[in-house]
Amino acid sequence: MARLSINKTYKLFINGAFPRTESGRFYPVRGKGGELLANACRGSRKDLRNAVQAARKAVAGWSGKTAYNRGQILYRIAEVCESRTAELTDELRRQGSSASEAKKEVERVIDRWVYYAGWSDKYSQVIGSVNPVAGPYYNFTVPEPTGVVGLVTPEEPTLLGLVSRVAPAIVGGNTVVAITSESRPLAAITLGEVFETSDVPPGVVNLISGLKSELVPWLAAHMDVNAIDATGVAPEKLADVQKTAAENVKRYVHFDAEEIGWTDERLSQSPYAIFDFQELKTVWHPMGM
Amino acid sequence: MFPMTALLPVAYRRNLNDALEMAHGVDAVAAEERAASLAKRSLKKESKVWGLKLAVSMIDLTTLEGKDTRGKVWALCQKAIRPDPSDPGVPHVAAVCVYPSMVSYVKQAVSGSGVKVASVATGFPSGQTFLEIKVQETRATVAAGADEIDMVIDRGAFLSGDHQKVFDEIAEVKEACGPAHLKVILETGELANYDQVRKASLIAMYAGADFIKTSTGKVGVNATLPVTLVMLEAIRDFYHATGKRIGMKPAGGISNAKLALAYLVVLYETLGADWMNADMFRFGASSLLNDILMQLKKEKTGAYQGPDYFTID
Amino acid sequence: MTTALETKERLQPGAASSAIWEYAASPESTDHVRIASRYNLFIGGRFVEPHSKRWFETINPATEETLTEMAEADAEDVDRAVREARKAYEKVWRKLAPSERGKYIFRIARLIQEKSRALAVVETMNGGKPIKESRDIDIPLAAAHFFYYAGWADKIEYAFPNRTVQPVGVAGQVIPWNFPLLMAAWKIAPALAAGNTVVLKPAETTPLTSMLLAEILLEAELPPGVVNIVTGAGATGAAVVAHPDVDKVAFTGSTEVGKKIQRALAGSGKRVTLELGGKAPNIVFEDAPIDQAVEGIINGIYFNQGHVCCAGSRLFVQESVVGPVIRKLRDRIGTLRVGNPLDKNTDIGAINSRAQLEKIRELVESGVEEGAEIFQSSCALPDRGFWFAPTFFTGVSQSNRIAQEEIFGPVLSVLTFRTPEEAIEKANNTPYGLSAGVWTEKGSRILKMAQKLRAGVIWANTYNKFDPASPFGGYKESGFGREGGLHGLAAYVLLS
Repeated sequence: MARLSINKTYKLFINGAFPRTESGRFYPVRGKGGELLANACRGSRKDLRNAVQAARKAVAGWSGKTAYNRGQILYRIAEVCESRTAELTDELRRQGSSASEAKKEVERVIDRWVYYAGWSDKYSQVIGSVNPVAGPYYNFTVPEPTGVVGLVTPEEPTLLGLVSRVAPAIVGGNTVVAITSESRPLAAITLGEVFETSDVPPGVVNLISGLKSELVPWLAAHMDVNAIDATGVAPEKLADVQKTAAENVKRYVHFDAEEIGWTDERLSQSPYAIFDFQELKTVWHPMGM
Repeated sequence: MFPMTALLPVAYRRNLNDALEMAHGVDAVAAEERAASLAKRSLKKESKVWGLKLAVSMIDLTTLEGKDTRGKVWALCQKAIRPDPSDPGVPHVAAVCVYPSMVSYVKQAVSGSGVKVASVATGFPSGQTFLEIKVQETRATVAAGADEIDMVIDRGAFLSGDHQKVFDEIAEVKEACGPAHLKVILETGELANYDQVRKASLIAMYAGADFIKTSTGKVGVNATLPVTLVMLEAIRDFYHATGKRIGMKPAGGISNAKLALAYLVVLYETLGADWMNADMFRFGASSLLNDILMQLKKEKTGAYQGPDYFTID
Repeated sequence: MTTALETKERLQPGAASSAIWEYAASPESTDHVRIASRYNLFIGGRFVEPHSKRWFETINPATEETLTEMAEADAEDVDRAVREARKAYEKVWRKLAPSERGKYIFRIARLIQEKSRALAVVETMNGGKPIKESRDIDIPLAAAHFFYYAGWADKIEYAFPNRTVQPVGVAGQVIPWNFPLLMAAWKIAPALAAGNTVVLKPAETTPLTSMLLAEILLEAELPPGVVNIVTGAGATGAAVVAHPDVDKVAFTGSTEVGKKIQRALAGSGKRVTLELGGKAPNIVFEDAPIDQAVEGIINGIYFNQGHVCCAGSRLFVQESVVGPVIRKLRDRIGTLRVGNPLDKNTDIGAINSRAQLEKIRELVESGVEEGAEIFQSSCALPDRGFWFAPTFFTGVSQSNRIAQEEIFGPVLSVLTFRTPEEAIEKANNTPYGLSAGVWTEKGSRILKMAQKLRAGVIWANTYNKFDPASPFGGYKESGFGREGGLHGLAAYVLLS
């Protein structure tokens, strides 16, 4: 008789740990043919609240690391992703991707981490400036992370979509609370295990699975979230998110995947995605003996 | 503040002014780099054992809890006198440090052993009480048998810029100490930066401190290597200006042998051999002693030790 | 050596002890390090015997013992290396997707990190620098440099907006002996990131870590010929520089040789960057954080035995604080540990070569003859090997040779000034312009001084800091071109 396999429990990823949803609820994740793949956590607004708290607590430490150090950690994420290629590919396939699609997606995911790892100690050289003001002042402008970023992951491609938005946010020193793809969350949830084993400090990335219709309004309304990336919000709901975000003047970001797609390397990855989550600070200092 | 100062004798006024004049800035990044580089010194074999035994002899074995009892203090005194009964080569510690109410009891317990009696006074740990009471507490504690008094400065006065008040209090307490040695606790964790640490160090020394000490152990940030370095540099400058050698006592958070050795390296390379003794340097610590004993045993036996083989007192 | 037994009695509290604390020797272990008995040239992805059939010994300057022998590349070998580099450039490297180029460079960075301790030990054995410096500075910075430029490989268009960016071709790179692996990283990393291939000539006295780097390049599966390493002396370097198929020359070394190279390449159309000598001013104002300034002075001049092109070799102290600064400097020099570079507690190691030691001695003698007052650490020096005690001169005037010429050793000249204007004037009064230090608590003055000082790097309340993200290079006779940072790419690209 064939050996009976042990199936993985898919849980949330909050503050570097893997709790079940506090609500105790689940929702079924089904494959292409409607077969049951897993019972995923149906995260609640309280899970979101916990995740935002963890993310806020992590901002100081993460943004206070040297850029070099953050780059090393992102590169480490790439290394661990590479070593988990088989698992991630398998999950994408079970969720309906073809073998070659799954393989390509995971490869792109790894390369995207490497790409943003490389930006860690460079983007401020590209966006920052020394400003020749008319007077005896040294005046310069530097980017700084905006803080906690709420991210709604696109439904498709589940893994590449998530990584393409998380990487530019965290390389710039932000922390993230991400709502994973509702229909195909498995590989995204597994990514939590990658973060957990890649020297990413607890709270820097938090992953919540569940129903977007339940979760997105709470995330958009949270007064301690500084920016919302609505890339995975359905088009007809975008205006609602924008309106809610205005309550605390959240930075609203939306990557137009319809227009650009996820695979054009010039457009789907760039320093401008990092700048989306950066504030600019200008400093005046006198020059004199 | 100025009119008051003007009434004081000229020599007295000059002391505070000297202190403030010497209080130039400290660059935090560079001071921390220097301390970190000294902490990387690698000590092996004889020099490690020598350093560890020296560290034991410098410990003010401390218990400062509301729940202290005679039983607890008695046990601590035994440990102070004979830290490792199985190894007579381990010296006794420098002093036992307790609250004033325990002083006379400790005096008896350590009598004849060479271990000194130290006590905190002056409204420890906050210092938020009346000067008369601080002075009286000091007198009473010395009368009860304390060889050494650890006082706290008035951080509120210091941070609000009333240096004169800080200076005067220290001078008064020093006078109240009589023959007892005075250690002045700056509570560096509350002083915000190294500039202030240096300034407070100089004020304390010019006001009559025999020792300057980092911390009460009762706030979030206790002794650190860079703070100790900055205070040792102030001691060095004070010595060059006055010819007087002032002692140093880091306290709180020094819980393992490796860290203690790092402090000794900073001491040695900043002030030199003249300060490498218990008259000039102390550790305010409690759990440090057992860790050092474990390391000494490891050096002796060649095997790493476990805590079950060392007494808890 | 004070033993525990002897000092036992003295440890009683109350008894004044003033024992000297001798740190026991704490040598870095070398048993994990493998040095072959002979190293050949690294050409076309293989180790090949030199056409010259000649090998030269390379030694440990701390013991004068021979470590191994290195191939001496002649013009024919250099030609072979350049041909391999050209082939790799045309056939493989320039055609490779930039992100894939980047991944090779990331691999190199990781392998250096993995082998960091072995590299540090070999660097110290071959060059004489203290293990704490090779371990904490040279090797980590070399890895970081590869890491940094790896990231640029597929982002170069953001460094040069509105231009099409192309590699230059084959780069001939000649590096010095003071930071052997780090200088190799400074040269190779940006060149590869931008799509160039390389022929590298390490310094004659410190070729060993370059060969360990060659082994790393093999492990990283870097395509053959992308990096070629030819060992040898001045003639080998000259052959690299002069080779007609080298498109770009990068040199770090003395101003004297730099001038020769610039002359030799005149009219050749080759692109050149030069990182040359220095005689950096380190300026201490009366409001400086004095204790940290003294550390900065020490680090500025005695780091790596003063074998540093940007060493703060001219100290300018404001007259009102000369007394305490000199006193503290004397005290501090007394605590510097000179000796076995492999000992983790050593602050100052061996002078790199006998020739360099003689040059230092000659210049120090000139200082004494010209009437400056010498102060030297009384530390004991080992019998074998090349050593020079940390030294400083007071009463130095601008016209003295020790205030003008680069000594490249642990020798500091102390001068004084009264006003900031005087400090600027004297500091700039040199043909060099690599770096400068400023010590003051006043931010406004730092920025004004930085504006007025004619040098490529200004350190304020710190000294001798390096980072791959930060451009480094000189004004005036200290050379041209920058290494490090976004600007370090410029030397290795053609813009159209």
